Amino acid sequence: MTGRPWSNVAIIGALLLLAIAIPRLGLPAFYVSLLTQTWIYGILAMSLDLLVGFTGLVSFMQAAFFGIGAYVVAIAATRYHFTDFWLTLLIAILVAAVTAAAFAALALRAEDVGFIIITLALNEIIWGLAYQWVSMSGGDNGITGFLRVDVGPFHTTGNAGFYYLSLTALIVCLTLLTLIVRSPFGLVLVGARERPRRMAALGYNVWLFRYLALIVAAMFAAVAGVLFAYYNEFVGPGSLSLDTTVQILIMVILGGTGTLIGPLLGAGILVFLSNALSDITQRWVLILGAVYVVTVMYAPDGIVGLVKQLAARARSRHALAPAAGSMPSAALNPREGPER
Amino acid sequence: MGNAFYLQNVLGGLAHGSLLFLIAAGFTLIFGLMRIINLAQTAFYLLGAYVGLSLGLHGVNFWVSGLAGGIVATVVGLAIYGIFLHRYHANPLTALLLSLGFALIIDDGSLAIWGGDPQSIAPPKVFAASIHFGNLVFPEYWLALVVVSTVIAAGLLLFQRRTKFGAIIRAAVDDEEMTRGLGINVNRAFYFVFALGAFLAGLGGYLGGPITSAYPGLDGELLPLAFAIVIIGGMGSLEGAFIASMLIGLVNTFGRALFPELSYFTIFLPVAIIMAIRPQGLFGRKT
Repeated sequence: MTGRPWSNVAIIGALLLLAIAIPRLGLPAFYVSLLTQTWIYGILAMSLDLLVGFTGLVSFMQAAFFGIGAYVVAIAATRYHFTDFWLTLLIAILVAAVTAAAFAALALRAEDVGFIIITLALNEIIWGLAYQWVSMSGGDNGITGFLRVDVGPFHTTGNAGFYYLSLTALIVCLTLLTLIVRSPFGLVLVGARERPRRMAALGYNVWLFRYLALIVAAMFAAVAGVLFAYYNEFVGPGSLSLDTTVQILIMVILGGTGTLIGPLLGAGILVFLSNALSDITQRWVLILGAVYVVTVMYAPDGIVGLVKQLAARARSRHALAPAAGSMPSAALNPREGPER
Repeated sequence: MGNAFYLQNVLGGLAHGSLLFLIAAGFTLIFGLMRIINLAQTAFYLLGAYVGLSLGLHGVNFWVSGLAGGIVATVVGLAIYGIFLHRYHANPLTALLLSLGFALIIDDGSLAIWGGDPQSIAPPKVFAASIHFGNLVFPEYWLALVVVSTVIAAGLLLFQRRTKFGAIIRAAVDDEEMTRGLGINVNRAFYFVFALGAFLAGLGGYLGGPITSAYPGLDGELLPLAFAIVIIGGMGSLEGAFIASMLIGLVNTFGRALFPELSYFTIFLPVAIIMAIRPQGLFGRKT
């Protein structure tokens, strides 16, 4: 990727223009709404990638923070008639951050597989509240009766307006997350993932960095949750169920861990695939499961990893020189050799 | 809320715990030996429930149907392990993610075959009656299930502690390489334990059917409970799994009766606290 910054800028610019133009291309509203969902799930998947890809923590509780964001919107609007977008967003992010601060402290007491089990259990606490605390959350029926609100220049009642709102949110989140993973903070996360003891020996508080990563990721997930609630004008316990956890995990792995763009791509694939397949067959979950199994087994670095590999191979054939290897998958490949 | 209330819920809780144990036993054994977290374990339960249900509807004996459910789950489990999972012992995360894919496939496959409506499973005729005891009424089948599950737990413990094959498994848990070095075929133990885990879950699916019934998504609902059990009991500990199953069964049943809005909280809050104090679980060993 390095050495060709201008072509990258051109590609990003072209994609951005395309994304901006899409609602004006006369496509059926259906596609615009699918893309809107892609941007929202993209934020969620990228937030999980910060953990899975960069920090090396496979968290099964990211859906909880997504759900918290969504429920904050619904509860604030229906119970307290509180509809200010920015304040709601702020509260949602804060609630998610505080919850994450508590949950992360518990979850980080275990490692690897134990971490997965605990985060899954913690996610169930929030799901249980959403599902069973009927007087607050509406239980299985969820919460309806709140509407989208206009945000600045975005008239969100229209599909195009909401499309632009979520696209803007996506770009802001992608930019922030890119800055985070390239910052010294992000580099420490990657370092701690690869060689935790060496990083500790260098004087970094590995625990603290992971703890902060979990909180930051939860804040981004809450942003996605807020958008999701407004988009649907409905919130239900499904938004933070195990199904959601599994789906965003598949998005991240399918797209490519540790790449940010990959999970966004994965989100798009899942959103479009689930819609296209559910038109043809009712068995799309089965197909999804199979696609997922094949990905985990044969392309653990996801689509982005695959593309990088192919590109590297093509380049090395041209130049007859060994290509620089792409970043190894964080989550799926075990660390090579004993830790030094 | 008299004594009858408590007794009723204690029995209900133990019955619930009994079916949870049949899931958790395999979960904890498989993890203990292979370090694989098998997220398809509750999908095996659902599969067993549906297979047994189909046979039961054709008039096949209850226990035979249950065994058949267990056997089908075993076959599916062995296929998943033999073709896919066994390559990933060294990489538990990949194995976990793979098993998740298979859980999705089994769940959706069951939906395709057996449809989306919840289907109830009738208890065997011998135990179809209810016991009346003062003003306390409970199904005989609950007691039968507790007895069956306890017998299975005792059998597993005896097998693990007192037989040669059990000793091989324990040795492989402690030091796989050394066990191999002694010329023992550890792979056979791997296949056996995975099959056993799948079988118990499949059997549990039909035996637990009269309590949970069978519907798509049941596997997803049971999975967190199985997780809670292995957290409390300690990964890899059989007796821990048994005690924790009963504990979770009781807490779940009482929680639903006393705090219907917060019963999930009543399960997972203690789990979180135990995690904070003893990450290896009550009966787990530090690794």
